[in-house]
Amino acid sequence: MGLLDQQFSDSNIVITKAEDLMNWARLSSLWQLGFGLACCAIEMMATSASHYDFDRFGVIPRPSPRQSDIIIISGTVTLKMALRIKRLYEQMPDPKYIISMGSCSNCGGPYWEHGYHVLKGVDRVIPVDVFVPGCPPRPEALLEGLLKLQEKIRMETLRKKSV
Amino acid sequence: MAIKTEEMVLNMGPQHPSTHGVLRLELILEGELIVDVKPHVGYLHRCFEKHCEAMTYPQVVPYTDRMDYLSSMYNNFGYAVAVERLLGIEVPERVEYIRVIMGELQRIASHLVAIGTYGLDIGAFTPFLYCFRDRERILSLFEMTCGARLLYNYIWVGGLSHDLHPDFVRLTRDFLNDFKPTIKELNNLLSYNKIFIERTANVGVLPLDTAINYGMTGPNLRASGLAFDLRREDPYSIYDRFDFNIPVGEGTHGTVGDCWDRYYVRVLEMYESIRIIEQALDKLPEGDVTSAIPKRIKPPKGTIYTRVENPRGELGYFIISDGSLNPFRVKVRGPSFISLELMGELCKGHLVSDVVAVLGSIDIVLGEVDR
Repeated sequence: MGLLDQQFSDSNIVITKAEDLMNWARLSSLWQLGFGLACCAIEMMATSASHYDFDRFGVIPRPSPRQSDIIIISGTVTLKMALRIKRLYEQMPDPKYIISMGSCSNCGGPYWEHGYHVLKGVDRVIPVDVFVPGCPPRPEALLEGLLKLQEKIRMETLRKKSV
Repeated sequence: MAIKTEEMVLNMGPQHPSTHGVLRLELILEGELIVDVKPHVGYLHRCFEKHCEAMTYPQVVPYTDRMDYLSSMYNNFGYAVAVERLLGIEVPERVEYIRVIMGELQRIASHLVAIGTYGLDIGAFTPFLYCFRDRERILSLFEMTCGARLLYNYIWVGGLSHDLHPDFVRLTRDFLNDFKPTIKELNNLLSYNKIFIERTANVGVLPLDTAINYGMTGPNLRASGLAFDLRREDPYSIYDRFDFNIPVGEGTHGTVGDCWDRYYVRVLEMYESIRIIEQALDKLPEGDVTSAIPKRIKPPKGTIYTRVENPRGELGYFIISDGSLNPFRVKVRGPSFISLELMGELCKGHLVSDVVAVLGSIDIVLGEVDR
């Protein structure tokens, strides 16, 4: 609770909008599908390890898509993998969000020209919420991407997802 | 009366937290026992050879980075050595020393990931955090030198992209002094942990003759009891000038060549890398690191095969030159790909839960398996 701790002697009532409450709950515990593809996955692991500590934003890796809220596409998406990624996305419960991490999953990256087996952007198979540029992006960049996603979720209403 | 049973096929991956990337293992089971394991690769095929055809010799270097992304420096190193031999050029002393320092730092960083994620696979979460804490310090040394944390593009044909930062030598020594006691801490936390030993000792035993027949190299071969290290057997760069031991598996807690041995050889190798780095830092000469970089790389017609000791084993580059600016073909002999073929052999007769222990112990990187 931090800020409100020890501030009131009696029990209290907080009045807020239902949307704000739901958005606050959603954006504070974005469980991530623990799923690495290529080089960026190592930076994603570094982000969740000691130095950068993803946990403090409520991001905890889960092994199953059925328990997760976000999926970080970390690395090169090949044609063989693309259908699997689509299936993983479909297995996730709503509401679900996607961060595309690194140039490869944004647009094909260094494999853009001659990569006959590389999908040129993961947004061709699944809808992406936040693109994080870099090859690979620094952990700080991934954290920034996550904060942008949280901002986006904060803007959501019950009627529509924010864009 | 014998009960008639049927084999069951179970798919592990391509999305699985313990496959170290995108790998699908087809497990053929009889009850809980493994009959065979068939690895299915190709989920990360990134067309390395096709790119090499289209790129000039220096342009290939960033693609070698992305092959085995846990030991990028060493991939650059191997490629640079191969092309330099093809061209027949000598590089300055300072360059050679810096290459060795970077290569060995990279070996420590790579082994730290191997050890940390192995603990994670077996169920120990804390060592992973310890390993990544130390790895971050190596990455900041690399970042200070060349500006990148993971994929460096640092070792070029004939030289290096940047000289060392003035503080590099001091900070590296600081790191090594802090790191030595940490390995001891790690050993107490994980290596001699009873649960860890129970999970790994006598599991996935690899006899020496099988290892040689399959072409295993690196720590996996040494864990089976043969002291074969290319830095000693077929010295490249200036490795013949350093004094270091080659750790081999001894079967301390089980049989020679089991998972614990493969794990522990990596721990011991980190000590040897520290020794090599310390010797190289003592003798580091002055000089210009970019003076020998050729303006235009156009090797004569011919072929070459060069091998270096990557953190995972023998990394070989087979380059065919047709006398033009682009290589005609660059074929890579990756150690992980060859280690992966042994999965069936190693898992046979074990339980399903041991597959994770075996897969973690051979330390594969899928970027290099599929290329």
